[in-house]
Amino acid sequence: MLNYALRRLMMLPIVLFALSLMIFALQMSLSPTQRLAAYAPSPDYLKGGQESIRRMIEQYGLNDPFYIQYGRWIGGILTGNLGWSETARQPVSTALMSLFPATLELVVLAFVPCLLLAVFLGSRAGIYLNRWPDHVIRIFTILGWSFPVYVFGLLMLLIFYSALDWFPPGRLSQWAQTVVSSSDFVRYTGANTIDALLNGNLAIFGDALRHLAAPVITLTYVNVASMTRVMRTSMLETLRQDYVRTARAKGLPRRVVELRHARRNALLPLATIAGMELAVMMGGVVITETIFDYAGLGQFAAKTAANLDFPAVLGFGLYFAVVLVVMNLIVDLIYPLLDPRVKTQ
Amino acid sequence: MKFLRYLARNPVSLFGVVILLAFVLIAVFAPVLAPPQSFQLSPYDTPRAGFLATPQPPSPEAVFGTTQGQYDIFYGVVWGTRTAFKIGLGVVAISVLIGTVVGAVAAYYGGVIEEVLMRIVDVFMAVPFLIAAMVLTALLGKGIVPITIALTTFGWMSYARIVRSEILRIREMDYIHAARSYGASDLRLIVLHILPNAMFPVLVLATMATGSMVLSASALSFLGVGTEEGYADWGQFIAYSRNWIVGQPGNPFQFWYTLAFPGAAVFLFVLSWNLVGDALRDMLDPRHAH
Repeated sequence: MLNYALRRLMMLPIVLFALSLMIFALQMSLSPTQRLAAYAPSPDYLKGGQESIRRMIEQYGLNDPFYIQYGRWIGGILTGNLGWSETARQPVSTALMSLFPATLELVVLAFVPCLLLAVFLGSRAGIYLNRWPDHVIRIFTILGWSFPVYVFGLLMLLIFYSALDWFPPGRLSQWAQTVVSSSDFVRYTGANTIDALLNGNLAIFGDALRHLAAPVITLTYVNVASMTRVMRTSMLETLRQDYVRTARAKGLPRRVVELRHARRNALLPLATIAGMELAVMMGGVVITETIFDYAGLGQFAAKTAANLDFPAVLGFGLYFAVVLVVMNLIVDLIYPLLDPRVKTQ
Repeated sequence: MKFLRYLARNPVSLFGVVILLAFVLIAVFAPVLAPPQSFQLSPYDTPRAGFLATPQPPSPEAVFGTTQGQYDIFYGVVWGTRTAFKIGLGVVAISVLIGTVVGAVAAYYGGVIEEVLMRIVDVFMAVPFLIAAMVLTALLGKGIVPITIALTTFGWMSYARIVRSEILRIREMDYIHAARSYGASDLRLIVLHILPNAMFPVLVLATMATGSMVLSASALSFLGVGTEEGYADWGQFIAYSRNWIVGQPGNPFQFWYTLAFPGAAVFLFVLSWNLVGDALRDMLDPRHAH
């Protein structure tokens, strides 16, 4: 078990190396002049004419062979210098770290109801196979699965913002933002809801929740479908097992057998999918954050990608690869808790 | 035949097939439904009625209304169907091809080659899909060819995995041993005997992926790196609606048509592919049989 987890961990440097090569290759497809823009502190810098541009290309070594430039770049990264993000106008690592709590907050708030809903709906659908609850759940999930996130998100804005004015976009209202940025408000974690509670400020807490509601509902609905399907399939399979029939035969009530004997074992395949789903959400609530103007990693990544802000894109790529590996590791470690058989193998 | 019998028993799946056929008809008869004007350079350039900034509601001239900048929504939705089919089918066909070749080569040669190929698959899997596709599209420029290239580059991996594992599974089956004992070469075995049987799971995956690739493509347009301004593409039209979600005071749904028509088009298109893919999986996977 531990061996397997270690091998997974060893994959990380290889993945990161290949990833860095890939992004660097993309970056090198631009001309030295275009790449120079990343080094220029302000646009005026590039207005010095051909001569000064040539001199700067020389100075930053943008005409050097591929491997020398790559070495210089990777050397910076290894010493913890992820580079400067033009989009954020701050170092990439600072930008990523300041945005991470916002995304984590959103993802956790959406993932928990998503998981509970998937377990509930999936096991219900399996138990009532081909009867009306199964059909209703199937339609509900396949609709959510087919809904483009941006269409669903815009619908949410149309109803809950434009018409009802309940859930505004952004992370905080103007007044709340003023309070949060003031020196009286201590930023413990960077997650608005938690910080508000720790500061004992319920008004801020309420405001943060109001802004989180719409993206949370969107993410939950769009992501619940695939997990529900896995849960249903796996529930169907466990319900067919001999030990379930034995439990029924010895006279246990149907509900006890279904919920305690079958559902528990049906959770196993869900754990894998849920871990993947969580990892993908952590690295890619790009559209949701963009629509609701929620300043998190996803929105940042989308901006940097559209601007070809390569240092930031690579930083985000590194972050995502680490999240994937860590999530896989967590799933591997949770597995023996769910299924004692795994430990003995 | 089996498919038709299945459809008769599953009205929801039948619904999916009907919508999909409707989209095919819309795509085929686009020049009849929304005839391009003679001055248009390409039928995919949506004609505009003036340059007024505010969207205009449905009227006899523009039955679905117009977007900001007066692009005709009906025209965009109709010709956008062709765009959706081109991107969806194009991306999936090329991805299946690449994935099949990589998966088959990995399974056939095994050893170091297999190890290297599958690690490359792992690396591509560790890339954030949408962001990577955005970067590549931004580098390659606007249009459906860059979109197709970008989505293919980061979307072929799951086919390679499935093809490889299917080949490894089928290779050990009796009829393959029988064919080998007749003296069939390895290549002949793979291409004629193994691959055709490995294609069912690929077909299911490809059907479902067609919908989600169209989703991703319109997401790219929505995020601003997809097609050119005014190109008949659903994502582009939904992006136009973004500034008009909030109506005037007292009339919150004033600009509903800017979102409703292109939004419904993407939704129904993806829904139909998902329903068809779901039906195929149900039929082909014995575990789902009831």
